[in-house]
Amino acid sequence: MYKYDKIDQQLVNERVAQYRDQTRRYLAGELTEEEFRPIRLQNGLYIQRLAPMLRIAVPYGLLSSKQLHKLGDIAKKYDKDYGHFSTRQNLQLNWPKLEDVPDILEELATVEMHAIQTSGNCIRNITTDQFAGVAPDELFDPRAMAEIIRQWSTFHPEFALLPRKFKIAVSGTKDDRAVVQMHDIGMEFFKNENEELRIKVWVGGGLGRTPILGTVIHESLEWQHALSYCEAIIRIYNIHGRRDNSYKARIKILVKAIGIEAFKAQVEAEWAHLKDGPLTITQAEFDRVSTYFEPMPYETLPANEASFDLHLASNPAFAAWVKRCVHAHKIPGYRALTLSLKTHGEAPGDATSAQMHVVADLADAYSFGELRVSHEQNLILADVKLSDLFSVWEKARAAGLATPNIGLLTDIICCPGGDFCSLANAKSIPIAQSIQAQFDDLDYLHDIGDIEINISGCMNACGHHHVGHIGILGVDKGDTEWYQVSIGGKQGNDASLGNVIGPSFSADEMPSVVQKLIDVYVQERTPEERFIDTVRRIGMDPFKNHVYAENTEVSA
Amino acid sequence: MSQLIKGKQIAHDEWTRVIPPSFGDEPVRKQAGKVVMFKLHGEETFTQKQIDATLIPAGKVLIPLAVWLAKKESLAQRLAAGEIGIVLQTHEPIEQLVEAFENLNSLPVIAVYVQIFADGRNFTLGNLLRTRYGFKNELRAVGDIMRDQLFFLQRSGFDSYLIKDGRNAEEAIASLNDFTQPYQGASNDVPVWRRLDRSQL
Ligand code: SF4
Repeated sequence: MYKYDKIDQQLVNERVAQYRDQTRRYLAGELTEEEFRPIRLQNGLYIQRLAPMLRIAVPYGLLSSKQLHKLGDIAKKYDKDYGHFSTRQNLQLNWPKLEDVPDILEELATVEMHAIQTSGNCIRNITTDQFAGVAPDELFDPRAMAEIIRQWSTFHPEFALLPRKFKIAVSGTKDDRAVVQMHDIGMEFFKNENEELRIKVWVGGGLGRTPILGTVIHESLEWQHALSYCEAIIRIYNIHGRRDNSYKARIKILVKAIGIEAFKAQVEAEWAHLKDGPLTITQAEFDRVSTYFEPMPYETLPANEASFDLHLASNPAFAAWVKRCVHAHKIPGYRALTLSLKTHGEAPGDATSAQMHVVADLADAYSFGELRVSHEQNLILADVKLSDLFSVWEKARAAGLATPNIGLLTDIICCPGGDFCSLANAKSIPIAQSIQAQFDDLDYLHDIGDIEINISGCMNACGHHHVGHIGILGVDKGDTEWYQVSIGGKQGNDASLGNVIGPSFSADEMPSVVQKLIDVYVQERTPEERFIDTVRRIGMDPFKNHVYAENTEVSA
Repeated sequence: MSQLIKGKQIAHDEWTRVIPPSFGDEPVRKQAGKVVMFKLHGEETFTQKQIDATLIPAGKVLIPLAVWLAKKESLAQRLAAGEIGIVLQTHEPIEQLVEAFENLNSLPVIAVYVQIFADGRNFTLGNLLRTRYGFKNELRAVGDIMRDQLFFLQRSGFDSYLIKDGRNAEEAIASLNDFTQPYQGASNDVPVWRRLDRSQL
């Protein structure tokens, strides 16, 4: 993975000093609340319902074991002994003290980490596929480009105070796992017929109050122009994006308002000035950064392994875990695996300090000392030998990290919601927990198969509810908490936004609502159909009719 | 009093900023830039009544672009004498400023005004004035300006900063040196990988 050189380290150290002074001035009353707000947000610090929340950047989801140990230590020392992995591949601390943040940043800097631009109206963490570099279907490993974009966006002077947050995702696979269409800019790398590296550029995607999937703005951009093209897009946005209403300030609103053709014309006109200028990425710079992402020193192994096969045949619990949590790898004899942070009854994405240390140790022992965070809020060991899988499973299981539910109904994507977030309309974690309790039978879960449930506590859609096969959204209705349910959303190449099935439900009703949706699916499905396929084939009505059938109590 | 930082030190401000009088009317809102979709939600701009009532004192003056456009005939002499600088508001199209002058460098100063800190359009405007329109004279940041924007402003082509009233400008100067080696290029700089050989570090 990328390692800081003197330049990176100095920048992060200087940032700590700068932020320490900003905090000092705020506490001394030299900065007003309102003035300090954009400053602390640029540093990932929110003032939440109960305490501040600090969001620590995990660039494109990649962590070393040393970094994860440090995060575990920080969560213990400055927080309540746990952290929350978010849908943006970052780590959030829910209980740090505002005065402690400079010290936390200083500790992070010792392991090449920071909280720069993890919030606020600026370019946020670059995200990508959690299986980058190891996925068999990968056409291009996007991590070096993600790093180049990360550096370009970090303290970009022109784009420090944009109309609204700005998210960029990159991917290099046919089967998109980075949800590029859901981002302000999505970059899909591919090779053209002459084997040249090109980028399909999407713009104006995003969830939130007005969910929109991105539109293609460039079909085939030469990779050297990745930065200049982004710069042109964001420059147009910086000048013309709305600043009077934060709900209408994302680039998607601008693109929609003037139309993709007009927007593209403006971008192209701007780009004409920037193209082939100093922002053109040189082969030398690309190669320099790429050296950090060279393949791991893999052993030459046979594709099969006898002891693994034996465990698989004799141990159903292990087999269930392998089925759900172990993923194909481009190198024979290796696998990637997911450590579930979706233990039934725990808040989705939460990991205790102890768990972080366990995972870091597992990474050291079995996966070249590295791991990844997925946007589904789980942790990934990307390079494990087939012969080690059983040992990893035993250790992960002892630490509560081997729930075999990846991709199943209880692998719920969920924002922190009303328990922590001051913007929330409703709690989201207890809904996830009550659904997990309703579906606690693993055999049943496996029978239901692949399904994604996403929960957001408000319109800001941090839980990406629009693209959940079942999406749940907390809505505001006086004092009580209500939930709107949609079905038919999906991430990936054939992404779609879900449709609301009808009037909202109380928290108590939610497990049975999900149960009814599943009942319809189980009854209607063909043998090969997943939940989403059935929804797409038979439409919303059968689901709706069943959910609302006897339910006369539902309010409007 | 607002204090001026210029060339990394506190400087005497020779320029008087002319602000059209306010009549307490409902402000006229004008939409930003070229995109005419957002008319209703646009930003405050000066009314004809305000512009007409604007008095321009003797000496070096910084006047709003709208006032210049309305009174340019009567001010031509003073422009030639180097007494006119222009204040551009962040929602005004930069092309309007550029087209208003045969030679942008006949202006000793262009100031870009932001109403609130969070308005980052001044960075783009500064960059464009330097890199696209070849403006060489003093480029000044005015309005809700404090030390926390200075580093970015400097990299976006600004070379003077009017720190808002009540803030310590002396201390603010230090922020111009917050970072030693930024990653990006700037209006007068190239990206770090072109600036030095990182493979040797
Ligand atoms: S979706 Fe809403 S409630 Fe949930 S974390 Fe985001 S802002 Fe908070």
